[in-house]
Amino acid sequence: MYDKLWLIPFFPLVGSIINGLFGKRFIRNEAAIGAIGTGAVFLSFLVSCSCFFTLLNDPVKVHQQVVASWMTVGQLQVDWGFLLDPLSALMIMVVTGVGSLIHLYSIGYMHGEEGFYRFFCYLNLFVCAMLMLVLGNNALVMFIGWEGVGLCSYLLIGYYFEKKSAGDAAKKAFVVNRVGDFGFLVGLFTIFWTLGSQHGVWTLNFVEISENAHLLGFGGTVVTVATLCFFLGATGKSAQIPLYTWLPDAMEGPTPVSALIHAATMVTAGVYMIGRMNVLFAMSPTTMTVVALIGAFTAIVAASIGFAQNDIKRVLAYSTVSQLGFMFMAMGVGAFTAGIFHLMTHAFFKACLFLGSGSVIHAMHHALHHAHLDDDPQDMRNMGGLKKYMPITWATFGISCIAIAGIPPLAGFFSKDEILWWTFGSTRGNLLVWGIGAITAGMTAFYMFRCFFMTFHGEQRTHKKAKDHVHESPWVITVPLMVLAFLAVVGGFVGVPAALGGHNQIHHYFEPVFGHAQEVYKIGIKEALEHSHAAEYGLMGLSIAIAVIGIGIAFTMYLKRPELPGRFTARFSQLHRWVYNKWFVDEAYDVLFVNSTKKFATFCWKGFDVKVVDGVVNGTGKLVNVLSTALRYTQSGLLHNYALTMVLGTVVMVAIFLLQ
Amino acid sequence: MLDSYLPIITLIVVALGFATGSIIFSRLVGQKKPSEVKLAPYECGMPPVGSARERFSVKFYIIAMLFIVFDIEVVFMYPWAVMFKRLGMFGFVEMGVFILILLVGYVYVWKKGALEWE
Amino acid sequence: MENLVQIALQNVNLAAIMPSLVLVCFGMGLLLINVFLPRGTTRPAVWISLVGIVVTAVVTVQGWGNPQYGFSDAVALDNFATFFNVTFLLAAALTILMSDDYLRREGYAVNEYYPLILFTTAGAMWMASGTDMMTIFLGLEVMSISLYVLAGFFRGQSASNEAGLKYFLLGAFSTGFLLYGMALIYGVTGSTRLTEIGAYLNSHSSLLANPMTLAGLVLLSIGFLFKLGAAPFHMWTPDVYQGAPTPVTAFMSAGPKAAAFAAFLRTLEYCFFGLKPEWSAMLWVLAVLTMTVGNVIAISQTNIKRMLAYSSISHAGYALVGLVAANEIGYSGVLFYMLAYTFMNIGAFAVLILVGKQGEENLTLEGFAGLGYKRPLLGVAMSVFLFALMGLPPTAGFAGKFYIFAGAVKAGYIWLAIIGVLNSAVSLYYYLRVMVYMYFRDPTEDYAWISLPVSVLATIILAVIGCLYLGILPNEVMAMAKTAIF
Repeated sequence: MYDKLWLIPFFPLVGSIINGLFGKRFIRNEAAIGAIGTGAVFLSFLVSCSCFFTLLNDPVKVHQQVVASWMTVGQLQVDWGFLLDPLSALMIMVVTGVGSLIHLYSIGYMHGEEGFYRFFCYLNLFVCAMLMLVLGNNALVMFIGWEGVGLCSYLLIGYYFEKKSAGDAAKKAFVVNRVGDFGFLVGLFTIFWTLGSQHGVWTLNFVEISENAHLLGFGGTVVTVATLCFFLGATGKSAQIPLYTWLPDAMEGPTPVSALIHAATMVTAGVYMIGRMNVLFAMSPTTMTVVALIGAFTAIVAASIGFAQNDIKRVLAYSTVSQLGFMFMAMGVGAFTAGIFHLMTHAFFKACLFLGSGSVIHAMHHALHHAHLDDDPQDMRNMGGLKKYMPITWATFGISCIAIAGIPPLAGFFSKDEILWWTFGSTRGNLLVWGIGAITAGMTAFYMFRCFFMTFHGEQRTHKKAKDHVHESPWVITVPLMVLAFLAVVGGFVGVPAALGGHNQIHHYFEPVFGHAQEVYKIGIKEALEHSHAAEYGLMGLSIAIAVIGIGIAFTMYLKRPELPGRFTARFSQLHRWVYNKWFVDEAYDVLFVNSTKKFATFCWKGFDVKVVDGVVNGTGKLVNVLSTALRYTQSGLLHNYALTMVLGTVVMVAIFLLQ
Repeated sequence: MLDSYLPIITLIVVALGFATGSIIFSRLVGQKKPSEVKLAPYECGMPPVGSARERFSVKFYIIAMLFIVFDIEVVFMYPWAVMFKRLGMFGFVEMGVFILILLVGYVYVWKKGALEWE
Repeated sequence: MENLVQIALQNVNLAAIMPSLVLVCFGMGLLLINVFLPRGTTRPAVWISLVGIVVTAVVTVQGWGNPQYGFSDAVALDNFATFFNVTFLLAAALTILMSDDYLRREGYAVNEYYPLILFTTAGAMWMASGTDMMTIFLGLEVMSISLYVLAGFFRGQSASNEAGLKYFLLGAFSTGFLLYGMALIYGVTGSTRLTEIGAYLNSHSSLLANPMTLAGLVLLSIGFLFKLGAAPFHMWTPDVYQGAPTPVTAFMSAGPKAAAFAAFLRTLEYCFFGLKPEWSAMLWVLAVLTMTVGNVIAISQTNIKRMLAYSSISHAGYALVGLVAANEIGYSGVLFYMLAYTFMNIGAFAVLILVGKQGEENLTLEGFAGLGYKRPLLGVAMSVFLFALMGLPPTAGFAGKFYIFAGAVKAGYIWLAIIGVLNSAVSLYYYLRVMVYMYFRDPTEDYAWISLPVSVLATIILAVIGCLYLGILPNEVMAMAKTAIF
């Protein structure tokens, strides 16, 4: 079976080429284009399945397939090669599985768009690149995927290129990603060069790098610098501080794109990369600490910004940034399995949330369009009470919200709890990280349910004229929603911890990938805690409690409270003042919470985002431009000046040679 | 050794003698009716005084260049002719090729009309 | 005397110059046929020149692995020369394919164009196979003189005239340096034959520090550096590249540039291997300067033709890195890079030709707005070329840069490699800008004037195939490049 690996990225590539070349002129039919695009990814999914299950029953867990030799330089041999191990097997399952569903969904969502064929062409190309990224057996193939997904993301964010904001967002994403890519390349180069020149191992192959990583020495400067550079690359692709700013803007793309690229797959590439190079990261405690802290900090900052957003997709975008922070927290404390586990469950529920929001936006858009209104179809203040119009979307969105909030026994609970458990109890753990993680979990529950209630429950704020035009979406949209919601329910059962009577299968599944590093570099749950289920139960209870409190607050503020003022006003005029001002809780909230959060959020957005990040990016550009214009003046067009330059160059060169 | 230069010296002497002799002779026997045109340094060609930045017809250049190209070919032929016997058939073919290349150029120039003044 | 003649005759080996001989015959035949055809009939010329190139290519390929030396070692048709010859022929063929419609559009459908391209290529071939300074000089002049005419081919346009004249004057100037350098080296060693110069310098090592040798080396280098457009001898390139007819620009920046690299590489390696540290250091500085100057100025260009001209300076800089490395990977990387650059550069110019309206009005960035959607095929092709020029995988540009920088790293020039990579990153900015315009700007035009003639389409398709093949499976060609170097 393993010799069919190359088919996995090949099918989407073919689909992309067919749709790209013939979609506009020859195929034209939306159904045919959609079928080609979806079918291509689905075929990959089938191949992935057979690979995955073959691997599951295979005692040998690492397989490489070399399709062709790519470049040979001295002892260095780079191949077009693929690597199948438990890590990449899981990734291809997620990418092709979630990818097929989102392709199916897109047929309905993109119906009637002008560049229908173009969309499927890019989307297939993206899947191909993403599969190259996760399947590549060496850093260069991975890099092609890495650049490829960046490019497709750029093309898809700018899909509505007539909109200036979309073009700008696309450019921002690309530029910010380049900063990360630079880090990735420098890190790669450092490792490659050190291993080659000092230890005689010229290789870019992941398996060989991992085998020889010990030569670099535990905690050495080289490995720390290199892994920090890799991490910089990861922050760019996975939208972590300081490079997270592009992701919220990336919501300018069509919603299926946000679901596939900016939630389920591409943004997790950074996490995957750390997983792939876990041996290197394990060797540098410094880097691991940085990863954990950055992850934690990103998680809480993004969650806080999520409070203040009214655009449904932006809430989800900040939530994605925050959840990615969780994954990095996990990677940073050595909980590689938990990180990848959360990556998988997050792919299910976040894709479901995005697709659900897409379904809502789709419905709102049509309704508003029908009523000739130009209210924003993405603004939650225009929604509310949509439950009765869109029951399936409501149900699936609700399930995913429960999953992301971490309520057992849904998927999010197991993965998030595993992460928190490791931040608390791992030998590389950190109580600060754990604290931030726990608080963020509560915040997540709050803002996700705020979003849920504002959209589906309470008073219907949609304009009267548009109200009755809101309809549930067609089956191509609801079927993927239901499948993903189902996965969001059951996806966590592969990782039920021993404390709850489970076998934590995913842990054993990843043993061949992460076990070595964890064993050699002594990463694991502290001995004192290892067999104490009490501590684990305590933490679990705490995290459930935090989640419930978060949901409760959201419930009170966004469902209960709106009716309260009316009743109170009539009966108690004195009390009314207080009640009118909601016991001044709002003011208190404002002072204590909302205002400061808003300020913090505004600061994060305006101060940091716009001034620092954009400033640095634009500043560099400006400097080069000034230099460039100045140099341009040397090109006067006058022949004698050119000749003079040549003579001066000659004189200088001869002088240097003769005088040295 | 100097003997070998004797013919050259003789030639120089004869040449100088002929030149000076004819000038002196014409002075002595010729009639003199000077006019402005006759007194100018050159009777034909450009007036000697005036702006040097004058535009010439490009045809002058073409003729000049063609002259040089076809004139120079002879320079190659002298040494070839001297060694002709020893170069044998090979030399003959080589020179044939050379002439052929020039012939291509000549036909090209002719058909392009570069040799026609008008 | 008798002996001399015999020696001369024995040393004639026509096989050693057969490719250029065939090409020149076709060129002259074409010249002759052209004058008998009615004015404006250019199709036969296109076909004959293409046939000539194909026949020459067949003859050239025979020389692979079967080196021929002749004319008392003044000419060597070894693998090195053959590899470069194929590059030149490819450049010439692609150029000819895309020229006809362009020349018609611009109103200069004149037949002399094609023989001139063939003569330029023949000159380039002599440069690549020259193992004597005189042969190299002969080739250089044949190539340059034809190019001067080609640059000024649009004789009714002042920009083209200016390009031709500037190129001619500065070219003559640089030839002066080259000849002076050759004269000094001849003065030191008493020979013009590259191998003999090298052997002589090697056995008289005191001469290596002799000011005359060093000055000769510098002046000789300047002659070549001018031709390959390295800073600070690059000043002519933007003006000439912009003024010259677009296919000529494409050709000039690929074929003749490769020829200059070929001759320069051979001269350095054959004659001056004893001075490797010295010229490596010199080229180190020049490579950095060239890459940086080209890239930095390219950033502020809005005319794409001029932008490509500046970027071609920076590409010469990347290739110079391979010379600095002066090892197997570096040298073969240069060979590979010049082949790759031929594809990507000529391809990009071919798209430029189609998008530019008559009179080349439409070569600004705005002229490409929305092209990717209005003409998807052209958009995709241009993206491939831009990717290759940027050096992104999986295109030829990536593999080429990879080899060259790997060579530099292997030779210990890590900083040079880093500067090269940084420069590539800078170049992303202006190449990407074209893509931004193609894909993220509203089309201001419907691009209805773009017709896609089969010949230009062939150029573009061949170039795309070249870019992708060399990017995805570069190993085979790279292995050939390795056997091509000494």
